[in-house]
Amino acid sequence: MIQYSIRRLLAAIPVVLGVVAIAFILARVIPGDPCRAILGEKATAAACERFNENKGLNEPLWTQFTIYMSDLARGDFGESIRFKRPITTIMLERIPLTMELSIMAVSLAVLIGVPLGILAATRRNSLADVITMIFANIGVSMPVFWLGLMLAYVFALLLKDTPFALPPTGRISPGVVPVPFYQVYGWDVPQSGITAALLTFVANMYIVNALLSTDWTLFADALKHMILPAVALSTIPMAIIARMTRSSMLEVLELDYIRTARAKGARRSQIVFKHAFRNALLPLVTITGLQMGLVLSGAILTETIFNLAGVGRAMYEAITARDFPIIQGFLIVISVGYVLINLLIDLSYAYLDPRIRLE
Amino acid sequence: MASLTDLDLTLDDPTRATLGDYRANSLWRLTLRRLRRQRSALVGALILGILVFSAIFAPLIAPFEPEARLRDVGRRDGPCIHLLGCPADEPQHLMGIDGNFRDVFSRVIYGARVSLRVGVLTVSFAIIVGTTLGAVAGYMGGWVDQIIMRILDVVLAFPFLLLAIAIVSILGAGLTNAMLAIAIVTIPQYARVVRASVLSVREMEFVEASRALGASHAQILFGRILPNALPPLIVQGTLGIATAILDTAALSFIGLGAQPPTPEWGAMLSSERNQVFSAPHLVFFPGLAIMLTVLGFNLLGDGLRDALDPRLSQAGFKK
Repeated sequence: MIQYSIRRLLAAIPVVLGVVAIAFILARVIPGDPCRAILGEKATAAACERFNENKGLNEPLWTQFTIYMSDLARGDFGESIRFKRPITTIMLERIPLTMELSIMAVSLAVLIGVPLGILAATRRNSLADVITMIFANIGVSMPVFWLGLMLAYVFALLLKDTPFALPPTGRISPGVVPVPFYQVYGWDVPQSGITAALLTFVANMYIVNALLSTDWTLFADALKHMILPAVALSTIPMAIIARMTRSSMLEVLELDYIRTARAKGARRSQIVFKHAFRNALLPLVTITGLQMGLVLSGAILTETIFNLAGVGRAMYEAITARDFPIIQGFLIVISVGYVLINLLIDLSYAYLDPRIRLE
Repeated sequence: MASLTDLDLTLDDPTRATLGDYRANSLWRLTLRRLRRQRSALVGALILGILVFSAIFAPLIAPFEPEARLRDVGRRDGPCIHLLGCPADEPQHLMGIDGNFRDVFSRVIYGARVSLRVGVLTVSFAIIVGTTLGAVAGYMGGWVDQIIMRILDVVLAFPFLLLAIAIVSILGAGLTNAMLAIAIVTIPQYARVVRASVLSVREMEFVEASRALGASHAQILFGRILPNALPPLIVQGTLGIATAILDTAALSFIGLGAQPPTPEWGAMLSSERNQVFSAPHLVFFPGLAIMLTVLGFNLLGDGLRDALDPRLSQAGFKK
């Protein structure tokens, strides 16, 4: 298992290096002058020359790349051209929201999609199966941005004065102040460093922060604001997971050892969950991991509709404003995160199926 | 169907043997027969039939030109359908009027042309490039295969919409560039499908026989090996059209795809998204059109996948 893990980790390194290189090139190749994009009317020739010299943009591309790689090795992603703040600080503000949203969306997708898939497989060709598959097919076909708008219309307007009303924009309501959990407990946290970064990261995940600090007002408010975007984002993965679970379970339920279990008089629940589901898990694990990429892509659209200041919107705004450091930094972090998730999926695959480790 | 007793085998002149009305059970005939028995695939085909019909006959179906600004209407008026109670003296607009005084129904109908063009062109480009890369990688093997696959792995490492946004930002906003960006990020999927097929077929005896007969690499690859990759490629392509339409609508929604006044459904949604609370019909109908189109391609693609499943040709058809 350890040898397999090391092999997969080594295989991921060239992919990560490729990602960093492509992110750097893409950010530089986007047309438009960042000086004019940032300074606007004040962008005279002299001002732009000073600007480019300050930011190192008049150096040859290879020199810029070498400087960038050595900074990256020290954990320094550079400074935003627009906001003049370290990229790592902006990441600590934006990534927690997208991560919270993505985790909620994938969790919803798995918690609803898997049982639906099992139900459809164990009651094949019944009404439950047909309805589940109809909803799954519709779910897979629905544009996430359209679903988000329709959900906002239903829950924010049609159900406005009912207990089912949900807010259509923002992360928390005005007047609700998220106090970091380490302040609530009176911890002495340093101003900078890895500890400070980690604690800030966790505190910026408002739902987690509220649980840690037992602030139930913040918890309820943050959760209410997250429901609509998470449901919109989870629909396509939920449909895909339901279809894959059904297909995987159907294949396993037709195998000889299941027939043997039935002949031996095993209970239906034992057959489905103890014998069949475990073997149906493998493709499901892969597909769930792949959904993270889909969810990260969909996050751009969902954050735009629900006015959430996450990674997706940060990327989109940075591309529009030609803010290279943000484009590079976020592209790298998102893509490396995606590579790591796929690596974890591969490793879990080897854990679940020992035959893969031995290959 | 003809039976053996219907065969007229003239032993003294075999060239005059006839086979009655025997029909060859080619892969495609069998596939079509299996497809016709699947209700969901038929529903998908029906939806696509309506889409293609609307696209071809849009000038006859749509009451107005997609960019025509109407005079006797209010801005963002709701749908007015006489059959459903709208007063007969008011002009009929099945899906209402948008913020530029244009008939939404007409724009949705003309949007079918844009969507079909987007889906077919994007997937065609991705298939041509992906097939070439996958075929070369699978056939040549060795370091050529490794380099091509590693490059494709790096492309796949990026969340596809982010990469598409970055590519469109380089090329410039517009429908053609959005299609090209979506095509580029989907190339790896087709390359992988073709490579897998090539790897499974290249060591087979009929390929070895062609080599022994002196066929060139290109003849073997394109004449012998690639035809075996067609079935999975067709399935992937059909499903890919659905994804291409959805992704291009997403790019248009964030302003990087189709530009006004093109009647593209995602762009229509984007321009009226702030009116979702006051004029929801402007968001509902274009989105419904996207959903139904994508559903049609997904149902047909799923049906094709089941119909082309090689296990069914041995085990007999099963639902």
